[in-house]
Amino acid sequence: MKTQGAVLPRQRGIDISLLKKNAVPLLFAALCILGVMVSGMDPSFLLYEIITRFSRNSFLVLALLIPVSAGLGLNFAITIGAMAGQIAIVTITHYQIKGLNGLLWAMALSVPLAVAMGYLAGMVMNRAKGREMITSMILGFFANGLYQLLFLFLVGTVIPMKNRAMMLPEGVGLRNTVDLYGVARALDKLWRINIGGIWIPMGTLLVVALLCVVLQYFMRTRLGQEMRAVGQDRHIAEVAGIDVDRIRIIAMIFSTVLAAWGQLIFLQNISTLNTYNSHEQVGTFAVAALLVGGATATRASIWQALVGLLLFHTLFVVSPQAGQALFGIPQIGEYFRVFVAYGVIAVALALHSWQSRSK
Amino acid sequence: MSERFQDIRERLGIPRLIIIGFVLLLFVTAYATGMSIGPLVSASLVRIGMNGILVLAMVPTITAGVGLNFGLSVGILCGLVGSLISMELRIRGFSGFFAAILFSMPLAVVAGWAYAKLLNKVKGQEMMVGTYVGFSMVALMCIFWLAAPFSSPEMVWAYGGQGLRYTLTLDNYFGKVLNNFLLVSIGQWEFPLGLFGFFGLLCLLVHLFFRTKLGMAVKAAGANPRFAEASGIDPDRTRTMGVIMSTVLGAIGIIVYAQSYGFLQLYMAPQMMGFPAIAAILIGGANLRDARIPHVLLGTALFQTLLTIALPVTSRVIEGDISEVARLIISNGMILYALTRRDGREVA
Amino acid sequence: MAHALEMRGITKSYFGNTVLKSVDIAVNPGEIHALVGENGAGKSTLMNILFGMPVIHDTGGFEGEILVDGQTVNIESPMDAMNLGIGMVHQEFMLLPGFTVTENIKLNRELGRPNIVSRILGKKFELLDKEQMGKDSRQALDKLGVDIDEWLPVAGLPVGYMQFVEIAREIDKSRMKILVFDEPTAVLTEAEADLFLNAVRRLAESGLAILFISHRLDEVVGVAHDVTVLRDGEVVGHLPGQEARVDRIAELMVGRKVDRPSLPPREKEPSDDDLILEISSLSVDMPGERLAGLDLKVRRGEILGIGGLAGHGKVGIANGIMGLYPSSGIVYKDGRELPLNNPKAALSQGIAFVSEDRRGVGLLLDESIENNIAFTSAQVQDRFLRKRLPWTSLQVRDNEAIRQYALETIKELDIRCQGPEQPVRRLSGGNQQKVCLARALALSPEVLFASEPTRGIDVGAKSLVLDLLVKFNREFGMTVVITSSELAELRMVCDRIAIVYQGRLIGILSPDASDVEYGLMMAGKKRAEVS
Repeated sequence: MKTQGAVLPRQRGIDISLLKKNAVPLLFAALCILGVMVSGMDPSFLLYEIITRFSRNSFLVLALLIPVSAGLGLNFAITIGAMAGQIAIVTITHYQIKGLNGLLWAMALSVPLAVAMGYLAGMVMNRAKGREMITSMILGFFANGLYQLLFLFLVGTVIPMKNRAMMLPEGVGLRNTVDLYGVARALDKLWRINIGGIWIPMGTLLVVALLCVVLQYFMRTRLGQEMRAVGQDRHIAEVAGIDVDRIRIIAMIFSTVLAAWGQLIFLQNISTLNTYNSHEQVGTFAVAALLVGGATATRASIWQALVGLLLFHTLFVVSPQAGQALFGIPQIGEYFRVFVAYGVIAVALALHSWQSRSK
Repeated sequence: MSERFQDIRERLGIPRLIIIGFVLLLFVTAYATGMSIGPLVSASLVRIGMNGILVLAMVPTITAGVGLNFGLSVGILCGLVGSLISMELRIRGFSGFFAAILFSMPLAVVAGWAYAKLLNKVKGQEMMVGTYVGFSMVALMCIFWLAAPFSSPEMVWAYGGQGLRYTLTLDNYFGKVLNNFLLVSIGQWEFPLGLFGFFGLLCLLVHLFFRTKLGMAVKAAGANPRFAEASGIDPDRTRTMGVIMSTVLGAIGIIVYAQSYGFLQLYMAPQMMGFPAIAAILIGGANLRDARIPHVLLGTALFQTLLTIALPVTSRVIEGDISEVARLIISNGMILYALTRRDGREVA
Repeated sequence: MAHALEMRGITKSYFGNTVLKSVDIAVNPGEIHALVGENGAGKSTLMNILFGMPVIHDTGGFEGEILVDGQTVNIESPMDAMNLGIGMVHQEFMLLPGFTVTENIKLNRELGRPNIVSRILGKKFELLDKEQMGKDSRQALDKLGVDIDEWLPVAGLPVGYMQFVEIAREIDKSRMKILVFDEPTAVLTEAEADLFLNAVRRLAESGLAILFISHRLDEVVGVAHDVTVLRDGEVVGHLPGQEARVDRIAELMVGRKVDRPSLPPREKEPSDDDLILEISSLSVDMPGERLAGLDLKVRRGEILGIGGLAGHGKVGIANGIMGLYPSSGIVYKDGRELPLNNPKAALSQGIAFVSEDRRGVGLLLDESIENNIAFTSAQVQDRFLRKRLPWTSLQVRDNEAIRQYALETIKELDIRCQGPEQPVRRLSGGNQQKVCLARALALSPEVLFASEPTRGIDVGAKSLVLDLLVKFNREFGMTVVITSSELAELRMVCDRIAIVYQGRLIGILSPDASDVEYGLMMAGKKRAEVS
């Protein structure tokens, strides 16, 4: 009996505003093409650089997706995860566990650290509802202070550690750079193929692909559904009986663990640990890459993450050369890319708050 | 006794007590290790005077209901440009100092106005947007420093390189003019009266402003925009006023800071300069909704004293420079505390 | 036969303030039972008790008992209520706009299919069984007789359909026996409401017991088998459906005839010959209190009451004229057109306003009493400023003048406080309201709009506030316009009472008019239709 119900047309289908919807990535694509043309870089070198950067950074960007879907916004505190990863890699380097074995150990070791840190970060976020992003950013800075305290003053004094190669000459504190020869490219080297003279790290890319599949799966589970519900409206989710605070903490834990692994993948490729700097810009660059792909603080997909990564890093590679070609000053390009990273975040955040207010 | 302690604890808050305790501990350590207190205090006083105005710049935005001004670097950049113009014109000494302020003022008003327009559109997210507007402006200005048409040989790279130097010495311009003005020395103790007088004057002006008709409107609209509207006030306008004031104070603040430091720091240096100011006012007892002059004075005094004496004192006990790490932990810890306090939540 | 739901002798007080007095209500299966009452009559408290909301336990629980199917039950949390088969359709939609209809219906009750991963990591990692979820949703929607695509996102649905999704969610819960509707049609258009009421009837026919809370009396009369009327926390009437008539219900809701105290006489009685405000076709876009073309004339020197049921727009009048919500229409003050949407203009034309939202709009809670009193006058009239500088914006406040005026006013209005420097947050509701009145008084206005001046303050303070309004009127010759949900108090002090219905003026009554007349008019029936 469907006597009085009006029939609504099915509204799914083609979206005419496709162009408008993808304005941000399209703009950056144009910028990239322009940059590539102006810089006049060797295409195979350019391709190699982009593939390398793409493979080593993608994990970190993907780590941002879960907090976005759980309504926590852009998690600038993935730097904490990166720190967990660095603590783990310092540990295995100290014990001289090498190769893929070492990397796996580091990944295992970083999990309990990242879980604990993610849990604490989640608790902090739950006390700062409505301003999670600024809080996550400051939390990252704060954790950085504690991290420096650990590696500058506690290692060698409170924490017994003796390793000439890694420590400062006084025996207290870690050197500014630690050579990660043990795990250098452990994952990249696992399976590489050479196409037209460019080495493609298939092993790493495979791991990234696997993560994408896992994330896809996760968002279709009960837990993923609950996260999406919490992300849309905390209050309604709560009324429906979902433990909102718990879900948010879980989201932070996942993000922190993924960031820890992401940083390990990053470091094995770089092969050197900048003890006090490697993690600092992780949050900013990952967030900027995600936003360049067209994501917002409330909506982010795997595709946006991947496209954003490609565009952002292309821009990153060509900027100095383009600056040199255009103005004769390579630094202009360097500062320009920093400006782009910060500017895209500022604009995206402003638009986001604008939209959420006009609703 | 315990009740009195409770009262003190409630009025000051745990983090403030920890910091006060820390400062006291440092002084005790200094005394115990046989350091002379005089130079420590004198150095602290200079640091308080040179940083105070940047901290004061937080008062207008908090009072106007915009919150902590994470985009203070917008004002700082204006101050830097003003100083550069003053230097380029070779105005030296006190005239150079005032010329720098004069040149930066219109820039700060315009930049503050534009910045306020943006912040009015992103109510509730001002801190986050402000931070990244500040960061991106700093990066954008880096390109300006590279390309700007300054020609004074003391300002641009002498050889190679293009554009302005990273750090510009103010020795021949207005370096230390305020620090040395009315500097009173008694034994090893030094009191920079000129520096403090200038800081005090600005505090007084801000204090007086909030007692004027306009200032009262700014304050009321910050505390309760709907109340203000019902009294015929446009809250967007008063917020704009607050942001402009803060930006102007940021510009003056960096000029005073630079004259005391003796150098002008360009490029990425201004990026994080707002953060210690934010931390200081929070340490002084302000929160996201309420900031007053006493918070500025207490906060700057505690934070700068701590930073100034931490290095010389701790270096006697611990190897290495722990003061930078302490600054990171204390300032960000303090901001984190303010962001996660329950009573501050109403802002959002 | 046992009642599906029975609440017996429910009594509840918050901090010594009794809000429910021995309320009895019973609903049978297959029956639609309407619960009506003005704002603050106790409906929401009763529902909070039924659903075991934490606010009840946190404030000392309640007296009385709840029976489901004749069995006494103990409901300590919303979960308990759900397990007993009691469901609630909320006034505001509890729907996630980005989710599909199905996802919303199955929110937090998703169906999953076990697989290897979930066997290791637990149920939370089961993949969703979208197919079965869709089928269940289809079934629930069919039961209601609505043909919405269960896979559409909720965001684009018309408001009426969102309501159906809400209901479908409740009936999809197995063992649902009792369904509560809280103001379900408040946001619906008339056509949608009809559709909706049909669905409700259908649900009742299928054997559900339905508790229907509404302000729209004609609707209640149309659909209910039984009507219970609450007023001031008490059941004041219980009418079987066939006896329930709109005027009778309205009379019960607002009734309570009071003796009018003798008010001080005036030299000259206000009349239509001397108007201070002429309002024509005023529309105000105030959420929940919309005005749609109101015409009203206010006589100089009178006390005019504005009454009407909640949601019909009576509060919108003052808020519109004062420029606090977007409005259109024409308002003449002393024959001159008053610019709308401009608070400053209204204030400087000698119109003052005491807001119904005392803590939200009326006060700076953390400021002192004296600052609150002086603020608006200083901003609008440049009073209390030291005129040392030529630019008024930069003139500094005159602390002495402020203090002196505050002390005088505190005395005159009898504000109980520790002194003029006390922050108003720490004052009682009645004294806070007096500060609001003092702030308006400092403007020496010709017209004073007082919205719900006695809401949320204790009984003793209520009459003090009303006395003050009378005093303003008689001693200072101020024209006073009081908007109030409490008809009784309007009838105590007003010269005339205007009744607003569906955003328009429906008529003006004398304070001596009968309860029936008031009841009818508030229900939208003009006097002519009665006789």
